[in-house]
Amino acid sequence: MKILVIEDDGEAASFVKKAFAEAGHTADVAPDGETGFSLAQTGSYDVLVVDRMLPRRDGLSVISELRASGDTTPALVLSALGEVDDRVTGLRAGGDDYLTKPYAFSELLARVEVLKRRGGAKEIETVYRVGDLELDRLSHSVRRGGQDITLQPREFRLLEYLMRHAGQVVTRTMLLENVWDYHFDPQTNVIDVHISRLRGKIERGFETPVLHTVRGAGYMLKAG
Amino acid sequence: MPAIMRTTAARLSALYLILFAICAVFLVIYMTSLSVRMLTAQTREAIHEEVASLDQAYRRGGLPRLVRVMEMRARQPGANLYLIADATGSILGGNVESLEPGVLDTTGWTARPFAYLRYGETRSQRDGTGPSGYHNAVAQILRLPNGMILLVGRDLGEPEKFRKVVRRSLMAALGMMGFGALLIWFFVGRRALKRIDSVSEASNEIMGGDLTRRLPVTGTGDEFDRLSENLNSMLDRIAALNEGLKQVSDNIAHDLKTPLTRLRNRADAALRSGADSAACREALEQTIAESDQLIRTFNAILMISRLEAGYSAETTQPVELDAILADVVELYEPLAEEQGVALVGTVEESVRIDGNRELIGQALSNIVDNAIKYSAGAAEAPHVAVSLERSKREARLLVTDNGPGIPAGDRERATERFVRLEASRSQPGSGLGLSLAKAVMKFHGGRLELSGGERGLAVAMVFPLGKTE
Repeated sequence: MKILVIEDDGEAASFVKKAFAEAGHTADVAPDGETGFSLAQTGSYDVLVVDRMLPRRDGLSVISELRASGDTTPALVLSALGEVDDRVTGLRAGGDDYLTKPYAFSELLARVEVLKRRGGAKEIETVYRVGDLELDRLSHSVRRGGQDITLQPREFRLLEYLMRHAGQVVTRTMLLENVWDYHFDPQTNVIDVHISRLRGKIERGFETPVLHTVRGAGYMLKAG
Repeated sequence: MPAIMRTTAARLSALYLILFAICAVFLVIYMTSLSVRMLTAQTREAIHEEVASLDQAYRRGGLPRLVRVMEMRARQPGANLYLIADATGSILGGNVESLEPGVLDTTGWTARPFAYLRYGETRSQRDGTGPSGYHNAVAQILRLPNGMILLVGRDLGEPEKFRKVVRRSLMAALGMMGFGALLIWFFVGRRALKRIDSVSEASNEIMGGDLTRRLPVTGTGDEFDRLSENLNSMLDRIAALNEGLKQVSDNIAHDLKTPLTRLRNRADAALRSGADSAACREALEQTIAESDQLIRTFNAILMISRLEAGYSAETTQPVELDAILADVVELYEPLAEEQGVALVGTVEESVRIDGNRELIGQALSNIVDNAIKYSAGAAEAPHVAVSLERSKREARLLVTDNGPGIPAGDRERATERFVRLEASRSQPGSGLGLSLAKAVMKFHGGRLELSGGERGLAVAMVFPLGKTE
């Protein structure tokens, strides 16, 4: 995956570039908004990571101008401003996701990978499959190895989100944001408890685990 | 410009004075010229009548009768001037003593000083007063058919005296106006100035560093008092924000330094022990976990500060408290179950307020989180109840638990930043949960109430009702 990082802090930018490279992605760095905008216009990137406060040109105006010209490359806004209203302005300007500084790189990586998927596969699937696990969005049913699994509505949404991003790391914050629609740091391990409940339902009685814990980052749903 | 003219009151007074003076001068000129014109016209009219009646006398009785009538008239009060002269200009009769040469050469109207005897004046008096016998007069000079010259005039002393009276009274009025302006400036202006001076003096002291100083309020409730009161409450607000800022930096200094030092020491220890890669890895993982906790704490502090400094009110919209309650109970239910705590949510009726769903959700989950954490250690049947009640004026989100509770004396302190009541700090958490909830309630114009339940603690988020509904 090719990522464009528009970030003026040199150290942060080179750290992110290196970390993306270790994760198997290529990242270009633009040190200011103007350079970032012209690089983004080439259209050769899968995901944009845009710092909000940039020299020469504000990050949000870079995104909104790209959107105005018909560019739909998914963009993640990075900002030190993390209040609810800041988030709203960021998303209104055309950003697809919003991450508050300081952040853990694992969170950024997980979100960028999820964004790539969102940008690429637009068609809405009605049935998700991961190994022998199957989720039908229309009939709200979950089966594994031909066996019906009964889930609570919230558990269903949790599994649905995990299956839509199968093979990708999903962080606790992403789950709280997308499944519960709240944007705060959960104080304790509330999300973990929900996951372990879900895990109990989809893994008990089966040989192979499908819901994996990624240490220091979050969870990943994958077969085997 | 002299210092006194730099004051608004003095400048206003001067401006009023100048305006009044211009008006008054204009009035004086207009009134005098009008009255003089009227009197002159009257005079001429009188002279015309006089001439007509003299003309009649001349026709009836010739020159002797004319002279006689003239002498008679001259002795009456009214101060008319009469003169009859022959063709060469030598005076034959009348009350005019002498004439400058050439006056009688041209007929028609003339206005000049004449030497004549007024009614009641005797010739001897006249001699004694010398040239003051000249009086300003208007006269008509006529040439009679027989070549004789007739002069009839009227003394202008009366109109002039009148004009002087008008002018003098107007000047007096002008003087009084000036004096009035000075008085107004003195009493109104000086008083206002004094108040402004005291305000600027007080603000100088405040700027000089005495932040507890307040502007003087006299208690009259006038504009100055209102201004001072508003400025004072502004200063109170600034002082409170300042205090908050100081507290934040103190807390950062005190409470963030400890984990930062721990972080540093751990990395240092791992580096120095020359441990194997597995131990290094563990130390690094602990470091990351610790810095994540630090980031979380830092975010919470910033959020509390922003809320207390007055969050932008645009972020509020109608929210349903019962929906938030259901969300939070649903979110925490598995955790409560895992901890062996019965978590029950009850809603009497749906309540909609103007607020911020995110903030209320976060505050409520902090409280529920605390309640579960502390009731988990309860001796029997740990239990947390979340309920929503509404009265006429308020909506209460109430969280009660049967944990150890907080002694009444400590409850106020429990909502302060970083306060963790158990001295050992064995439970996880930053000590910011309740202070964040308190800040959220303050932002919503409500309050956070801590009270004792049967056992344990009851925390109520009290929202004012009234706007939306």
